[in-house]
Amino acid sequence: MNTIILKTASKYLLPLLLLFSVFILLRGHYLPGGGFVGGLVAAIAFVLHAFANGLPETQRLMRIHPGFLMPVGLAIAFLSGIFPMLFDLPFMTGMWKKDPIPVIGSLGSALFFDIGVYLVVIGSSLTILFTISETK
Amino acid sequence: MISHFLIWPILLPLLSAIVMMFFWSKPREQRVISVVGHFFTLISAIFVATRTMKGDIYTLFAGNWEAPYGIVFVGDALSGALVALASFSALAVSIFSAGSIGNGRASFGFFPILQFLLMGLNGSFLAGDLFNLYVWFEVIIISSFVLITLGSEKAQLEGAMKYVTMNLLASIIFLTGIAMLYGLLGSLNLADLSRRIAESPDIGLINTAAVLLLVGFGIKSALFPMYFWLPASYHTPPAAVSAIFGGLLTKVGVYAMFRVFSLLFIDDPFIRKTIIILAILSMIAGALGAMVQENIRKIFSYLIISHIGFMFAGLGLFTELAIIGAIFYLFHDIIAKTNAFLISGIIYKIRGSFRLENIGGLYNQFPYVSILFALALFSLVGTPPLSGFWPKLYLLQGAFADLNAWMMFGILLASLLTLLAVVKIWIAAFWKKPQVRKEIQERAVWHTLDQQHKIILLTPIIMLTLASLLLAFYSSEVGSLAALIAQQLSDPRIYIEAVIPTP
Repeated sequence: MNTIILKTASKYLLPLLLLFSVFILLRGHYLPGGGFVGGLVAAIAFVLHAFANGLPETQRLMRIHPGFLMPVGLAIAFLSGIFPMLFDLPFMTGMWKKDPIPVIGSLGSALFFDIGVYLVVIGSSLTILFTISETK
Repeated sequence: MISHFLIWPILLPLLSAIVMMFFWSKPREQRVISVVGHFFTLISAIFVATRTMKGDIYTLFAGNWEAPYGIVFVGDALSGALVALASFSALAVSIFSAGSIGNGRASFGFFPILQFLLMGLNGSFLAGDLFNLYVWFEVIIISSFVLITLGSEKAQLEGAMKYVTMNLLASIIFLTGIAMLYGLLGSLNLADLSRRIAESPDIGLINTAAVLLLVGFGIKSALFPMYFWLPASYHTPPAAVSAIFGGLLTKVGVYAMFRVFSLLFIDDPFIRKTIIILAILSMIAGALGAMVQENIRKIFSYLIISHIGFMFAGLGLFTELAIIGAIFYLFHDIIAKTNAFLISGIIYKIRGSFRLENIGGLYNQFPYVSILFALALFSLVGTPPLSGFWPKLYLLQGAFADLNAWMMFGILLASLLTLLAVVKIWIAAFWKKPQVRKEIQERAVWHTLDQQHKIILLTPIIMLTLASLLLAFYSSEVGSLAALIAQQLSDPRIYIEAVIPTP
């Protein structure tokens, strides 16, 4: 698509949407949101950019192949799952840092699991969408 | 005491899949990681099996949420043994596929998906929660969808359509059954459900849910009359894939039946009679189907149906002897069916075809390999003293003690027909004069392979045949393990007490 309005808008919307996706990710523990929805919002941000500027431009911006995010995300989720086992607690037990950190809030192993989900969702949905739009 | 070791047979395949995904475009490295990953999974599974074999039941509350609120993993003797056998078969298949799966399939993620399949299998054997069992079933079927369609050959896609449709239908029926139980009883934890069902007055609705689960698991394990998808799809993917499907996927349905019908729906005469009738019919229908087929893999597919009948027969009778027979048969069948399909893969490499008319003269050309194959094929039949014989003996004794003449007739007839089908394979593939046809010769790649490659392809068959021989030689030990399992299955209080101890 070659409209100047969408192009200009996407330039501002990409960082805004990414920021929003991180907000949804962090909010997710007690309120609606979380890694899955956050990941979808982030993927939408890149798809919108690809609509406006063409796929090669977005791929250049991303630097890495989105498929690479899948094993990275899975690895983070996996580690957050087995981390409690080091302390002789069952697999996937939520472990929390005592004092909350400003902006982020309380830090726990569940957050890292959600970050893993977030990356896997971005990686898989972008791989699917990019593959579909590449083969015309 | 927290039993961390229960989770490793599930986590190790996941870990190796993650590592392999980092090597996405390097099929060579993936092959090595795949075999190593399966090997470590097998070690962790054997660790679980040796612990549970002693008769204790171990539990692990994921996330430290206690049952019945959280997700619980339970390892009793049945799940321990099955986890070990599944990991063993998966290791064999993984070695075979390292030598037989081309780079084309590997570059689309064949090896990581194989690990996810094993993760789903081990997960469903260890799940102690009905919904969690459903989730592991989904992990299994999603991975099997990928494995059966990967490569996109025409015949493959046709088989995959039938496979996918029937399995999704089975999942929906299973899920409906779960929803009914949850609506009635307000719990999904198997131990908790078992307690609540015993006190519930709604026998009619609970039986409806039981029949829904019977249909769902029946489709998945290819029980008469819900088996038509199996012979229509199992002969289409590469031999390594049909081996793991034939060896393990239908057995998960059988395992789930045993778990659910021993814990939840105990001693309902109507359901028991239904299971017995379906079991006898599928023994005979499967064996008759195997008689008329000309494609080796189709013969084996029909034999799966026939032999599923044996296991369901034991579940239907539900006496101690019958359960011992069925569980022993389950152990034997996992090894024997995986082996049978791998052998069909080797035959394809040698002759370039799965059809009996195009194969022949294997015994003259490869006498040693043929004897290896003979051991595997005839243990499938149950020729004494090979491993198929002992479970059938237990089952016959069970049927005799119950004075169930129809079942004895079914077991004997199905065994005879299985023998005929295997003898047919033996005569046509090993003794008959080879038929040389030009267009098929091109697909016969065995003589072009180097020595090392041939060894990689034959190792899994040697492993599985040895395991099958061990099952036969140590039949009294396996029998006593099966007796322990039968004792645990026939008294649900042991299971409930282990998961939710009474204060």
